[in-house]
Amino acid sequence: MSAVVQIKNLTKRYGDGKLALKDLSVEFMRGEIIALLGPNGAGKTSLISIICGLTTISDGRVTVDGFDIQLDYREARSLIGLVPQELTLEPFETVMGTVSLSRGLFGQAPNNDYVEGLLSRLSLWEKRDSPIRELSGGMKRRVLIAKALSHAPKILFLDEPTAGVDVDLRRDMWRLVKDLQAEGVTVILTTHYIEEAEEIADRVAVINEGQILLVEDKHVLMNRLGKKELLIELSDSLIEVPQGLASLGVRLQNDGRQLSYSYDMATEKSGIPEVLGALKAEGIGFSDVHTEQSSLEDIFIELVAER
Amino acid sequence: MINFYAIKAIYRFEMSRTYRTPLQSFASPVISTVLYFVVFGSAIGNRMTPIDGISYGAFIVPGLIMLTVMTQSVANASFGIYFPKFLGTIYEHLSAPISSFEMVIGYVGAAATKSAGVGCIILAVSFLFVPLEIEHPLLMIGFLFATALCFSLLGFILGLWAKDFEQLNVVPTLIITPLVFLGGSFYSIDMLPSLWQTVSLFNPAMYVISGFRWAFFGVSDVSIAISLLSLAIFAMIFFAIIWRIFATGYRLRQ
Ligand SMILES: Nc1ncnc2c1ncn2[C@@H]1O[C@H](COP(=O)(O)OP(=O)(O)O)[C@@H](O)[C@H]1O
Ligand SMILES: [Mg+2]
Repeated sequence: MSAVVQIKNLTKRYGDGKLALKDLSVEFMRGEIIALLGPNGAGKTSLISIICGLTTISDGRVTVDGFDIQLDYREARSLIGLVPQELTLEPFETVMGTVSLSRGLFGQAPNNDYVEGLLSRLSLWEKRDSPIRELSGGMKRRVLIAKALSHAPKILFLDEPTAGVDVDLRRDMWRLVKDLQAEGVTVILTTHYIEEAEEIADRVAVINEGQILLVEDKHVLMNRLGKKELLIELSDSLIEVPQGLASLGVRLQNDGRQLSYSYDMATEKSGIPEVLGALKAEGIGFSDVHTEQSSLEDIFIELVAER
Repeated sequence: MINFYAIKAIYRFEMSRTYRTPLQSFASPVISTVLYFVVFGSAIGNRMTPIDGISYGAFIVPGLIMLTVMTQSVANASFGIYFPKFLGTIYEHLSAPISSFEMVIGYVGAAATKSAGVGCIILAVSFLFVPLEIEHPLLMIGFLFATALCFSLLGFILGLWAKDFEQLNVVPTLIITPLVFLGGSFYSIDMLPSLWQTVSLFNPAMYVISGFRWAFFGVSDVSIAISLLSLAIFAMIFFAIIWRIFATGYRLRQ
């Protein structure tokens, strides 16, 4: 896969002296869905704002499909669509009016068929003549997405797309993102919800304090850093962990009704046969056994702690 | 390469704002002009001696149009660019493949169209009140649009510069309206004591109003050539300031 966005040694210092990005380098691959994962204030919006042209570069270089975002800004920006973090829309304008504005701004001739298709896809066609102030928050979010897609961009940025979004819209949005990917669009989204990155992204870039901590395929990341937990539901609750199990590191939880055993997916020996053997030796009955993978949240906490 | 679609899109978007609020856009300037005619033209004008052989009612027509066109241009253009900044919707313009030049054309063009349009409406209305004969109609229309463009550029600067609605309002109220009033909208500079005549020479609005009046009646406070030159110089200065603002990203891109 080739890189479609290349960011080299990017530094951003705001007017007030705040250093938001520190010598940051990262590449986004053509056709992937990549999540920029980091806590509030990590620099996610700053990074996106620079790539999209909202903010100036202090130092470093960004290219989009080979076009320098400063020197060849027309070519670079034509390829990009941005859904901003905030619901920024003209309240008195209609849905159709604002989407037409977007399409024009990006240098595209009016195309009623395309816009109708887009609005229908986002369940906005019925609302095309409604003033934006009459729409719900979720509908406004859809309008922002329609604006970002109005010129059929090859790269879509979604800044915190699910903040304040209901379940329906979230589901629709993920479906749309997958569809766009199938059409060849590269999608970059930011989030501070780990589940979100886990759910939708192919790769995850973890960002904190203006630096990329790592970029990894989601599954590789989980495998590399992930811990798994073996959970054993007991037929009869226990007061304490029998000696044979405690020595293996098994813990008792849920009021004595569940045993848990953590193991590292990276190591050769999981230790699971030993645990099951010990259960049998102690004569402990159980109704169910299942495993749980540690979430990206655990991974993230670990990564930040390592620094 | 010029992004014509973007210019058109901005222009249309701005014009649609006008049609949404016809009362504010058209009715209020027309009503206030009619009031001026009633008060100055009829009530007071009847007691005024003609100026340069022109009845006072007719004399104030160019002044009134200029008053409206200048103030409306500044108001339209400053609001046009300030509002997206205020709402945050400016993000889209900043992320779009457009140059600052295209943005200026779209916004300033729309603001100037609106105020020149209002100027034309006022002219039409004034025919109802006073008998008027325009000596240089083409120059008059050209001057009207040039003034609208020039002051829309000034309004655009104001809108870029303003950090809040107070700043947006304070400049027109404290600077532009007084300059236009004192620039001979309702009188000839000759009627002033000599000290104030000299002071008036430092008032940029005076040169514009004088030129516009010349297009109507062939008489003016300063020569038409100087008026035209001043208008061109003002437009160039305003354009240079806007250029500078965009080049530095001032108050637009952090
Ligand atoms: N316009 C600005 N001026 C000064 N500092 C800013 C500005 N925008 C963001 N910052 C600061 O830069 C850092 C990164 O912010 P941001 O990029 O918004 O992070 P995120 O999107 O990951 O929450 C924060 O410390 C924030 O306070
Ligand atoms: Mg953010």
